[in-house]
Amino acid sequence: MPLIEFEGVAHDYVVGATGGRPVVHDLDLRLDEHRIAVIGGNGSGKSTFARMLNALIVPTSGTVRVDGLDTAKDARAVRRKVGFCFTDPDAQIVMPTVAEDVAFGLRRRGLSKHEIAERVDSVLSRFGLAGHRDHPAHLLSGGQKQLLALASVLVTTPQLLVMDEPTTLLDLANTRILAETVRDLDEQVVVVSHDLEFIADFDRVLVFADGAVVCDDKPALAVRHYRALVESR
Amino acid sequence: MTTSLGLFHPGTSIVHRAPAGLKLALLVAAAVGTHWLGSPARIGYAALGVAALYALARIPVRVAWAQVRPLLVLMVVLGAFQTIVAGWRAAVVIVGALVLLAALAALVTLTTRTTALVDTVVRVLGPLRHVGVDPERIGLLLALGIRAVPVVAGFAAEVRDAQRARGLTASPTAFAVPLIVRSLRHADAQGDALLARGFED
Repeated sequence: MPLIEFEGVAHDYVVGATGGRPVVHDLDLRLDEHRIAVIGGNGSGKSTFARMLNALIVPTSGTVRVDGLDTAKDARAVRRKVGFCFTDPDAQIVMPTVAEDVAFGLRRRGLSKHEIAERVDSVLSRFGLAGHRDHPAHLLSGGQKQLLALASVLVTTPQLLVMDEPTTLLDLANTRILAETVRDLDEQVVVVSHDLEFIADFDRVLVFADGAVVCDDKPALAVRHYRALVESR
Repeated sequence: MTTSLGLFHPGTSIVHRAPAGLKLALLVAAAVGTHWLGSPARIGYAALGVAALYALARIPVRVAWAQVRPLLVLMVVLGAFQTIVAGWRAAVVIVGALVLLAALAALVTLTTRTTALVDTVVRVLGPLRHVGVDPERIGLLLALGIRAVPVVAGFAAEVRDAQRARGLTASPTAFAVPLIVRSLRHADAQGDALLARGFED
């Protein structure tokens, strides 16, 4: 598994001319487990943390490294290693049809048309989307769109997959399909989620509150800590 | 609400199998050729030709109608104006030429995968790399433009539904503002997604 390292990381959002508002701070982490979950309340810094992993956000202080690469200095190389799934798959789908969207991420990678077609067919079969190959992406169900977004990321063979609240728009059946899919992935996975059942069998769970990690443990203990935190407020 | 406006309609017809570059070249030629559509009779013949191409491509009437329907209001206004200032013959010629050209452009996107269109644009614009033009970026813009049609149509339908649910009467401002805000937010999120998918440069 690629090693994720946070050293003294903080990030401030600029607020007018008066300075910054800290969103995350004092992050010192070394993550090399297979499946890592991030939980916490709204505005606790979870999504900022996730976006730092593929250099969508770079820290205002400290260093984030993925597999030895500094996200602030090697953003392009980092993004080749780190795939990112957004909460709303509609924002992530770029091409009009299912197969074209999966193939989109392979442009500029120097692959032949034959290689691209093989990879697209393989990943569509893996995610049960082969029958929707030429369908307009916007006509898929919410669950199918999320699977398409996941397929479009995984076709580029990232080493690390980051998912920001992937179950928010899904019903129970599609959540289960996604959970089984994530469970079977060989890639390292970091999932930001409010769905505590979804992350129940993960290897490690970080609990965020007020921009910092307040608990770092196995799922059962981390969830218990998170519930106690919510009840104490 | 769903829309089939300008989206690929899978098929195996000769129009589908024709190279994207040839279809785009013929579309450009047709745009230039509208100069010779100087009478209502010629517009009629051209309309028959366009209808024949749709039939050859086996595009259902419902899908074909969806391509020109969004133009109707604008064309009625334009037609009325032209009738007043230049007479009904000129109105038929101008409105007819615009509608036929839009229908032909839609036929190209209905019968050509976006990837093929993008590849053609990238290939044709390739020589411009020497003067600083990035053909991949222009191809990406084309793809995003085609993809944006159903997305923005979906936003418009949701905004209308929200207005109805709140009992609001039809108000252009109350419709346009949330539609623009949602579209801009979507564009922002899609920018992040493009970055995440490796299109940062």
